[in-house]
Amino acid sequence: MTQTPLLVVLLLTLSSLAYHFGRKRAFAVSGGRVRSLHSLPAYYGLYVALWAVIPALLVLGLWLGFEDGVITRLVVASMPPEFAGLEPSRLNLVLNDIRNLVVGNIVSSAPDATIIAAADRYRELRGISTIALFAATLGLATVSGWVAYGRIRPEHRSRNAVERIVMGLLIACSTIAILTTVGIVLSVLFESIRFFQAVPVTEFLFGLDWSPQIAIRADQAGSSGAFGAVPLFAGTMLITLIAMSVAVPIGLMSAIYLAEYASARVRAIAKPLLEVLAGIPTVVYGFFAALTVAPFIRNSGGMLGLDIASESALAAGLVMGVMIIPFVSSLSDDVINAVPQSLRDGAYGMGATPSETIRRVIIPAALPGIVGAVLLAVSRAIGETMIVVMAAGLAAKLTANPFEAVTTVTVQIVTLLVGDQEFDSPKTLAAFALGLLLFFVTLALNVLALYIVRKYREQYE
Amino acid sequence: MSDASETARTSYARVEAGMKRRRAAERRFRFLGKCAVGLGLAFLAILFVSIVGNGYSAFWQTRITLDVTIDEATIDPAGAREPQVLRTADYGALIKQSLRDMFPEVSGRRNRFALYGLVSNGAGFDLRDKVLADPALIGRTISLTVAADDDVDMLMKGHIDRRAPESDRRIKDNQLAWIERLETDGRIGSAFNVDFFANGDSRDPELAGIRGALMGSIYTLLVTLGLSFPLAVSAAVYLEEFAPKNRWTDLIEVNINNLAAVPSIVFGLLGLAVFINFFTLPRSAPIVGGLVLTLMTLPTIIIASRAALKSVPPSIREGALGIGASPMQAVMYHVLPLALPGMLTGTIIGMAQALGETAPLLMIGMVAFIADVPGGVFDPATALPVQVYLWADSPERAFVEKTSAAIMVLLLFLATMNALAVLLRRRFERRW
Repeated sequence: MTQTPLLVVLLLTLSSLAYHFGRKRAFAVSGGRVRSLHSLPAYYGLYVALWAVIPALLVLGLWLGFEDGVITRLVVASMPPEFAGLEPSRLNLVLNDIRNLVVGNIVSSAPDATIIAAADRYRELRGISTIALFAATLGLATVSGWVAYGRIRPEHRSRNAVERIVMGLLIACSTIAILTTVGIVLSVLFESIRFFQAVPVTEFLFGLDWSPQIAIRADQAGSSGAFGAVPLFAGTMLITLIAMSVAVPIGLMSAIYLAEYASARVRAIAKPLLEVLAGIPTVVYGFFAALTVAPFIRNSGGMLGLDIASESALAAGLVMGVMIIPFVSSLSDDVINAVPQSLRDGAYGMGATPSETIRRVIIPAALPGIVGAVLLAVSRAIGETMIVVMAAGLAAKLTANPFEAVTTVTVQIVTLLVGDQEFDSPKTLAAFALGLLLFFVTLALNVLALYIVRKYREQYE
Repeated sequence: MSDASETARTSYARVEAGMKRRRAAERRFRFLGKCAVGLGLAFLAILFVSIVGNGYSAFWQTRITLDVTIDEATIDPAGAREPQVLRTADYGALIKQSLRDMFPEVSGRRNRFALYGLVSNGAGFDLRDKVLADPALIGRTISLTVAADDDVDMLMKGHIDRRAPESDRRIKDNQLAWIERLETDGRIGSAFNVDFFANGDSRDPELAGIRGALMGSIYTLLVTLGLSFPLAVSAAVYLEEFAPKNRWTDLIEVNINNLAAVPSIVFGLLGLAVFINFFTLPRSAPIVGGLVLTLMTLPTIIIASRAALKSVPPSIREGALGIGASPMQAVMYHVLPLALPGMLTGTIIGMAQALGETAPLLMIGMVAFIADVPGGVFDPATALPVQVYLWADSPERAFVEKTSAAIMVLLLFLATMNALAVLLRRRFERRW
């Protein structure tokens, strides 16, 4: 494992050597008449170099992917039979001990003889594997490079071959996006299915009680392990609603002002400044919400005789709204600018004032785009994590009162997964079920928003 | 005829009658627009003022000058000056001794403990470094300036009110008296806070620094940049220049657009399930953080790169093809160099996004307390925004200014990156 960078460097050196030899060979086979070659000499070099390095790198990747699994299996097989019969979680603990022993870390308990023997075996197998890996990849690189080298003739279509390889690489890169989506769906789906085996889907979606702590001992208090997510949805919705009621009016009005009224100079200054709001990391907003806004709201509420929680939904929602202003304003700005000038001119010709034109003509014409922008902003608000983690509460309460503390889907994902965790408990798996839900809700909102925006754009093109 | 002019006059009068109301409505509307812009800008200003106001003082540190007698019997009883002995000796005892010497009237365990609490726990390490660098100091009395404890620091910076009742203060009356004596002796002062930039994280606010988080962020970003730039440029070149228009490429395109809007925390879940649990990469390591952020920033960079490729006029391609270049050569040698500045701009913006991202890093365990400065991409590390999150959670008053200062550093980096992107765009943007 630790030798991988060295191996990669060796392979790259080998491939640059291959380039050099391939190029020289091209000159040699042309017999001094470079024009008789099908491709430029550099392509012959590249051809050999790519053939030398790509198969070896593929083998390297596969090897590293499966090395650990195979070695672990072999080690377990070599251990006394009672270990093989252990349940997976116990076996994992033993294997962790072995790995720690190999790396030289602190081990959880005093290692006994079998563990030490297994660790030795593990170390030995790793050594063999590393040597074998070096031999296999370097050997393969030499052989495949040599074969490619042997193919060089003046009439060999090296450029086409190289271009095919490069095209293959480009296509491979472009599928990463799909692989990512598949990876997201699979990773959350698998764990979610395991979660739903323990907790029925209906309880998760419609249950009114959320308290994910599960009692480890029977006599432990207050740890029922209830997974009804409705309070989380309600909290998310409440905070999103507050954020939208800040962001939509301010964002929309400033977009209108900047697009229709402001002079070029004001626009050139105010627009980038507003967009700075979108570039500030969300953790900064979270800190700002928790340190400045929440106490301010609490104190001013206290003066009015209101009892406001220090982690009120209002503070988180307000700050999230500020964060979302630029999303609403720049997207609305685009759609307002896309409304054809002829509509404005028509309205002015009828004697309408600018504000009447905006309210009666431009906004109705731009409405689908604005709705799309708001939907995108809503999806952003639902998925926002740091502000709510830092400024909203943890208690899952089913309330519509913005002065109380509520919790959201993202807050729960973070609290369930940060810190020590066992990977099989429904508590951890619940985070993935919430993630699945979050993914699909935001996906649906985005698809809908993009559909609306595209539909609207076509109208005026 | 008169009938018609009559109608015209009445309708004119009707319009005229409504004009006042309509003009007022116009002014109101315009005022609302101004208010909206103003409110947005005001929020921005409040945010910055609050962060800078809380954080600027963290760049200074209260320091106390002590006269320390480096007693040979305490740290090197054998007198052999062996580095191993010198390294593990009890330098804290020397610091405590010097405090006792300075305030000989202090007696009793409790009071002494309060006295020792005036200077930072790190004072002993400062002394150790000094002695290790120059063993000849042993046996002499030197004047040593060490960091004060965070509560003393807060008092000196005015965050603790000296006139508040004693029970409300973290600094008690006896400590206050000692500090005042130090003040009159001119032994307490403030200096530029080097520790903040030189140290890793610490439980003691006066020793905590951002170096570890900064290095973690840099390693993470290096991984992200190294992976996402080539991947994104290749994907953009394929999709924009070579891809046939079919179901498959449509699917890729829809995918990219949707990934750009997936909440970042979902990418964290992906990283946890795939990179850590499936590929068993180490937890808390910049390599995993880099991989996750790569997947997150790819759509941004791909979209920007495609826009850059699109802006290169077709005549360039046609010219290259016309003189016999293959399509691949036309793209590689002629289109790509012209599109590169735009792609770089997009990449820098993507990197700025990645630098500010916190939520996915929480999922993959980069949130642990790590005091060491990471030395590579496989070492456990944290990142700058995560450090902000960690410090924001700490109860000590002194961490508030540390958090704000870390945010200022983070914002400075972001501003630099964005300025670079703008500069690049201005410098190389070409209108065809």
